[in-house]
Amino acid sequence: MGLREKNDLMSDEGHTLTSLSEAPDHLFVAKKRMGKEAEAVVRPSLTYWQDAWNRLRKNKLAMTGLVVLIILILLAIFGPIISLHSATKQVFTDQNLPPSKTYWFGTDALGRDMFARTWYGARISLFVGFMAAFIDLFIGVIYGGISGYKGGKVDSVMMRIVEILYGLPYLLMVILLLVVMGPGLSTIILALTVTGWVGMARIVRGQVLQIKNYEFVLASKTFGTKTMKIIRKNLLPNTMGTIIVQMTLTIPSAIFSEAFLSFLGLGIQPPYASWGMMANDGLSAILTGFWWELFFPAFFISLTMYAFNVLGDGLQDALDPKLRR
Amino acid sequence: MVKYILRRFVAMIVTLWLIVTLTFFLMHLAPGSPFNQERNTSASVQENLMEHYQLNKPIAIQYVHYLNNILHFDFGESITLPGQTVNDLLSRGFPVSFELGMLALLVAVISGIILGVLAALKHNGIIDYIAMTIAVIGISVPNFIMATLLIQELAVNWAIFPTATWATPMHAVLPTVALATGPMAIIARLTRSSMLEVLTQDYIRTAKAKGLSPIKIIVKHALRNALLPVVTLLGTLTAGILTGSFVIEKIFAIPGMGKYFVDSINSRDYFVIMGTTVFYSGFLIIMLFLVDIAYGVLDPRIKLHKKEG
Repeated sequence: MGLREKNDLMSDEGHTLTSLSEAPDHLFVAKKRMGKEAEAVVRPSLTYWQDAWNRLRKNKLAMTGLVVLIILILLAIFGPIISLHSATKQVFTDQNLPPSKTYWFGTDALGRDMFARTWYGARISLFVGFMAAFIDLFIGVIYGGISGYKGGKVDSVMMRIVEILYGLPYLLMVILLLVVMGPGLSTIILALTVTGWVGMARIVRGQVLQIKNYEFVLASKTFGTKTMKIIRKNLLPNTMGTIIVQMTLTIPSAIFSEAFLSFLGLGIQPPYASWGMMANDGLSAILTGFWWELFFPAFFISLTMYAFNVLGDGLQDALDPKLRR
Repeated sequence: MVKYILRRFVAMIVTLWLIVTLTFFLMHLAPGSPFNQERNTSASVQENLMEHYQLNKPIAIQYVHYLNNILHFDFGESITLPGQTVNDLLSRGFPVSFELGMLALLVAVISGIILGVLAALKHNGIIDYIAMTIAVIGISVPNFIMATLLIQELAVNWAIFPTATWATPMHAVLPTVALATGPMAIIARLTRSSMLEVLTQDYIRTAKAKGLSPIKIIVKHALRNALLPVVTLLGTLTAGILTGSFVIEKIFAIPGMGKYFVDSINSRDYFVIMGTTVFYSGFLIIMLFLVDIAYGVLDPRIKLHKKEG
């Protein structure tokens, strides 16, 4: 059966091939697209970003991460507003209450509303994460961009400096800086960025080093484009993919560091809340059975880290031009 | 190769010097004298204390003195625990921390590699999804939360493992697991992706065509090459485990260096903070250096004397 089918197919093919020139005219249908139209690209032309977005959209896990993040950000903005209680007000008659209709996430040992505190903490944690990542990005792009573009002696001096800074143990240095500067929101961001930009600088430099030798940059140079414009128009847009992927790694690591430091008592100070600090408070509460005091901050730290991680993985795949079809 | 090692060695020495200097001057920038908020001491006692810790000398002399001490592995004296030197604390705490750290590293590397290899071999299969789910959870859940969960479930609710102190092997299980989960997840993901890449290489097909047993192909040909990227991570992972052990030791009440360090931060014991930071940084930087050299020796494709980029 299979063999016969194959034979039939072959004879059919052979038939059409030999008789193509002898086919009657009515079998030929005029091609509709003529003239200029014939040159048109049938498939809609997609920019790099549209293409990446199409690929990201198909990645269910990454989209879940994106949606979760958007919800978390919205809750961080509106959570403290829609909450029935203040994040810092202590109600001594309402200590350690489990979640209920009045206190959606329960209350902590000082009678503060956990719902309001959780979203207030979300603001701080997300703010620290985004700020630290953006400052890293800013310094890293400028430093790495100059180092990679200039090349030669400038590059090797700048990279020696980076090599030495890269050896510094990140969290130890951050702890040291916080001990000296005192804990607080601005000092924690400063401490996280003092050594944090080095990774971004290395990545940007590597990318720029590669791209600056491509033909289109050479073409730009031949037209006499100014250096700054080449960096802005040719180099940066093409390193954007890598930079964004790096950002999705920097943000959760900054959020983790903040939680870690607050957990050590070096982060945000009371009466303000951050997830790390709440987890630290909840640590003693859980042994007495007040599980919600640890559960909510711990759950939302983990959820945020998860969302950034899967989104980062998805973006890495989506922005990789090698995977373009 | 020799040139590369030499260059890395010089960079390492400069980094070490930078850390000692940074730590020293940052600590001297810290507000207030270390003895101000302590007890109500008279002026002469204050002076004696300053004399004892050599804080009344010009800062340049103090600096040279400190550098000299560090060179002789003398990390100074504690302020809040009079009579105790940082070396005392280190000799008591570091072996415990080292043991915990090495255990965690070992568990992380072995289980991470196994998970990664299984996931790669059963690519897109159930094992792959399970392994990668474990990995994503391991990366997402911070170690201090993992530690608390483990205590709550396995030590309090089920009473399977004892906690607090560092005595029997059973005491080591929970802190080791809490400390190893994060690094394990990172290793598993990296092993999986590099294993997937290696498995498509021509030499694997050649090995298959030659009729080698699958186990031999995986262990001898694939794994050996897939593990190279993992080696580069070892330095950073050690750093992560080391800083992670600060909170893990605090949570599990393990009398290691991490606990002393956290205590010294809380009591603002500047000399202990300084000494520990310098000691740990030095340890990590030497680790990073060794990992770099090991990588160069392991990977014949890399020509170390080649200029970067």
